[in-house]
Order: sequence, then C-alpha cells, then structure tokens
Amino acid sequence: MTATLASPTPVRAGRRALRSRILLLIAGLAAVAAAVVLLAPGWVAPFPPDAGDFANTFAPPGGAHLMGTDQLGRDVWSRIVFGARLSVVVGLVATLLAVGLGSVLGLLAAFVGGPVETLILRIVDVWLSFPELLLALLVIALIGPGPTNVAVAIGIAAAPYYCRLVRAQALTVVRSEYVEAARVLGVPPLRTALRHVLPNVGGPVVVLASLGSGTAISAAAGLSLLGLGSLPPTPEWGAMLAEGQDHLATAWWIAIFPGLAVVAVVLVVTVLGRAMQARSLR
Amino acid sequence: MGRRVTSRARHAVLRRLLAAVAVLWGAVTVTFFAVALAGGDQVAAILGPEAASVPGLREETAARFGLDRPLLAQYLDRLGGLFTGDLGVSYQRGVPVSSLLAGQIGPTLQLAVSAAVFGAVLAVGLTVLTAGGGRVARGAASLLELLAVAVPPFWFGIALLWIFSFTLGWFPAFGAAGIASLVLPTLALALPVAGVLAQVMRQELDVADRRPFALSARARGLGPKELVWRHTLRHTLVPVTTLSAWGLGTLIGGAVLVEKVFSRPGVGRVLVDAVSHRDTAVVSAVVVLAALAFVVTNLLAELLYPVIDARLRSRVPDAAPETAR
Repeated sequence: MTATLASPTPVRAGRRALRSRILLLIAGLAAVAAAVVLLAPGWVAPFPPDAGDFANTFAPPGGAHLMGTDQLGRDVWSRIVFGARLSVVVGLVATLLAVGLGSVLGLLAAFVGGPVETLILRIVDVWLSFPELLLALLVIALIGPGPTNVAVAIGIAAAPYYCRLVRAQALTVVRSEYVEAARVLGVPPLRTALRHVLPNVGGPVVVLASLGSGTAISAAAGLSLLGLGSLPPTPEWGAMLAEGQDHLATAWWIAIFPGLAVVAVVLVVTVLGRAMQARSLR
Repeated sequence: MGRRVTSRARHAVLRRLLAAVAVLWGAVTVTFFAVALAGGDQVAAILGPEAASVPGLREETAARFGLDRPLLAQYLDRLGGLFTGDLGVSYQRGVPVSSLLAGQIGPTLQLAVSAAVFGAVLAVGLTVLTAGGGRVARGAASLLELLAVAVPPFWFGIALLWIFSFTLGWFPAFGAAGIASLVLPTLALALPVAGVLAQVMRQELDVADRRPFALSARARGLGPKELVWRHTLRHTLVPVTTLSAWGLGTLIGGAVLVEKVFSRPGVGRVLVDAVSHRDTAVVSAVVVLAALAFVVTNLLAELLYPVIDARLRSRVPDAAPETAR
C-alpha cells in the first residue's frame, strides 16, 4: 500500500505522532494483558475451565459469573481465558509458519534468480488463485482435522503473500545505495546482511505478520466452528461458538462472548499493525 | 499508428488469456498431485479402517474410482475432465461431483451475489456520505471500517441471529426459503467486503481530491457532494476492480462459514461435509472451481482497466496496478 498522506503541517504531524503513540501504548497494554492471560490464566479466571456446576446452568451474566455459565454450568469467562491459549497460539503458530515458508521461498527467488525465481513466482500465482479458507480446507482434508493441523493449514494458505513481500523487499534492499555504500566501505558481508539488509526486509514483514495474525486467529476460530479444529469439551473460542450456537435462543452469552474475544484480539493486532505501518511510512 | 496500437492491445489480451489458462492448469496440477502424494492411501480413506482389510474389496474399490490406474493416466483424465465438465466421483457418496454440486451452487451463488451487491452499495454509501465531511465524520467512518474488517463474519452472523431471529423474531433462523432468509446471511457476508472496499475507495478519493481537476471543479463552484458524484467517485473504480478477485475469494470463503452458521444449503455445506469425511475428490473439485472463478474474475478485471480508465488506453494494459492483498 502506498502512502497517500497529505503533506503534513507541523500541527497535524504532531497530532498524528501523538495518536500513533497512544495507539502503541494501548497495544502495549494489550500485549501485557495477553501475556498474563496466556502464561497465567489462573490469575484472571476465577474458576477452572471444565468445572461444571449442575445447580447453576445457564446462569445469565452478572454476580459470581461475570459472563454467565453454559449448559453444564461452566463459567464462560474462565473458559474464554483458558481458551485464549489454544485460540491465540494456533493463530500465531500459523502466522510464524506462513512467514517462515514465505521468507524461505521469497529469499530463494530474490537471491538465486533465473529459472528458480520464475518457477517460484509462477507457483505463487497459482497459490494465490485459491481462496485462503478453501486452500486451508483442502490441506485439512489431506492431513486431517485437529488444532495442530489447523495451524499448518492456515500457515500454508497464507504463505504466498509473505513470499511476494519478502522477495520484493530483498530485491530493493540488496540493490539499494546504502548496501552498496556499506560494501564500498569494506563492511563484511555478514555484518551488512545483519545490520543493513535484515532490518529493512523485516519491517514490512512484521507489519504484514501483525495484520495477518488477526486473520489467522479468526480463521482458526472459524475452522473450529466448522468442527475441524478443537472439539467441544476443549475450551477454545471457535468450539465454544459452535456449542453456544445451539443455545442461542435461550442463553445468548455462551456464543456471543467467545466471539467478542476473537473480535478484541483481531482489533488489537490490526491497530498495532497499522500503527507500525504508519510509523514506517513517515 | 492506430493499427499498431490495436495489434499491440490484441497481443496483450492474448498474453493475459494464456497466463490465466496457465494459472488454471497449475491449480489443477497442484491439487491433483497434492492429493495423490500427500493424501495418503486414498483407497483406505474411502473404505475406513475395518473394511480396508476385507480381501478383494480394496481392489474392487480402487477399480471403481479409477485409482488402480497409473498416476499419469489419472492426471490426464483430470485435465480432460475440465473440458467435458467431469469433476470426478465423490468417494463418500459415490455420485459424480458435478451432480452433487449442481443442486447446491444456486443458493451459494444467490448469497454471494447479494452480499457483493450489498457490500458495494454499503461501501459507496459510506464513502459518499463522509466525503468532504469533517474530522468527526471521517473518524467515525474509519472506525466503522476497522470494525467491519475485524469482526469475523461467522460471529457477526451469530450476533444477528441472536438479535433479529431469536429476540425480535423478524427473520427465520435457518434455511434458504424466500427473501427473508437471505437478509441476515447477506449482512454477515457483506460486512468485511464493504469494510475493505470503503477503506480503499476513501484513500483513492483523497488522492483524486488533491488533483488539479478537482481544484478547477471547485473553482467553478461545485460543492463537495457534486464533486464526488460527478468527478472523483469514478476514480475509485480502478482499485475496486483490482480488488474484485480478492473480494470473490473472501466471499467464497466467508460463504462456507456463513452457510454453516445459518444452516443454509449450499456448496459450503457440501464442502465441509467432504472435508470432515476426507472426501478429497469433492474437496479438490470445489477448490479448482474456486480457482477457476478467481482466474476468470482477475482476467475480466485486467481487461476492464483500459475501459474504465482512459489513461491506460494509450499504453499496453500491462500498466494495470498490481493485485493488492
């Protein structure tokens, strides 16, 4: 995406800088909250995720149960907190996989060139002709359902975007004047690669990965909703959505809150990604 | 001079056509070999663990689905099937995939088309309403767009069901009978498409707004709304055309989830059923059909650029913008 910002007046630029700093602060706080939820869910969740209370099923939100209880009397908020681990980690693993696979192919295309590059680019063209979710479904049909395979499937489906980006970045950076200057000044190749090439290839990739991890987390929940990821007794947001939908007429909170958790996470990573994008464009 | 331009343009069209065919060939080839090489023992997958050990059944099943023939012969068959409309036979149900899909493609198409139209109307509406507006209007619009992109369509569908079907009782909660059952799924599916479209259109509108022609139109006394309707809005057509193939992919993927949430009949239901039974014949056929739709849309978009934008007419349509994510 190209920069389409107006030539900023100092006041506007200042306001934008402030806004981007506030966004970063919010994102940072969200990251801390995410770390606590992921590493020590017991601190935030008042109940174990699978503790049923049969005297207290379908309790509406409020009181001892912040987000109510489900059909087995399990605390919805606690299940969301414990479910974050699976839902978020599957999305992050999928994104890492996509970045890794895409980077290897992209760097190979950029540095080897010739027929290898042409072949990789043509494969990426074909790869991108499949809708992401359908490609993920094909992979699951091949390797079977389950949370691990969902991560692999989403990673494979998202990889071609990173391949294109990494190749384009690597090509511009390697041919840029500052790399040329470093070479002329006698900076050793490895140091050039680490100090000058890597940060400039990495920036846009991190931005895309941040935006992409939101899509991946959402896709993982969607695949679980379809019954192809984690299955119901497991606390996982997509599986909770699937379970909750059966009780939507009587107890909306069982399905609505896990979905809100997906929305919140996607919002945070999207805002974070855009803030980084805005910073790198300045 | 004129003749040279048309022959060059014809050459470019031909090249694009060939590239589209090549991508489609690649899509068929990749899915075929992915299934053949990574799909494991397909005969065992069809029969299930117990039946696979029955003597003679393996051979019979393999022969029935043509899996006993050399891989290359199967591959050539698959390629040939593209021209005859033969998409293979479902492992799970034993019927041709084409007849399995024939009855289901209608409801899915209906949903996808209505979501595409509604999403486009929503995006244009939002863009026009906030064009030339103050900071508050623009901020609200960009917040709406952000939400539209972040809210997964399947959860939005569930929220709509809860509010409009179960609480208010305005729309049926499932099925595909009549217009009323189309309203909520359309809303759920259109939202992410509308969000991205509106973002891109607003960005493009801003660029057009700073062009000299916009200044001269203002100098002639045109108001902000008139300027948008008569001049700058058409500038957003190029990026929207670029996004059309991406939008199609999003609609197809989203339809699978939305159909599940609203218990609608359609290709999505067939596909999910096939994936959970590891019926790779059906899954790869649907994936190839989706790739075909993508390739055709992309080709149309590329051929449309010079029609939409006169500035691209003098050049070979190679100058068309790169497909955005």
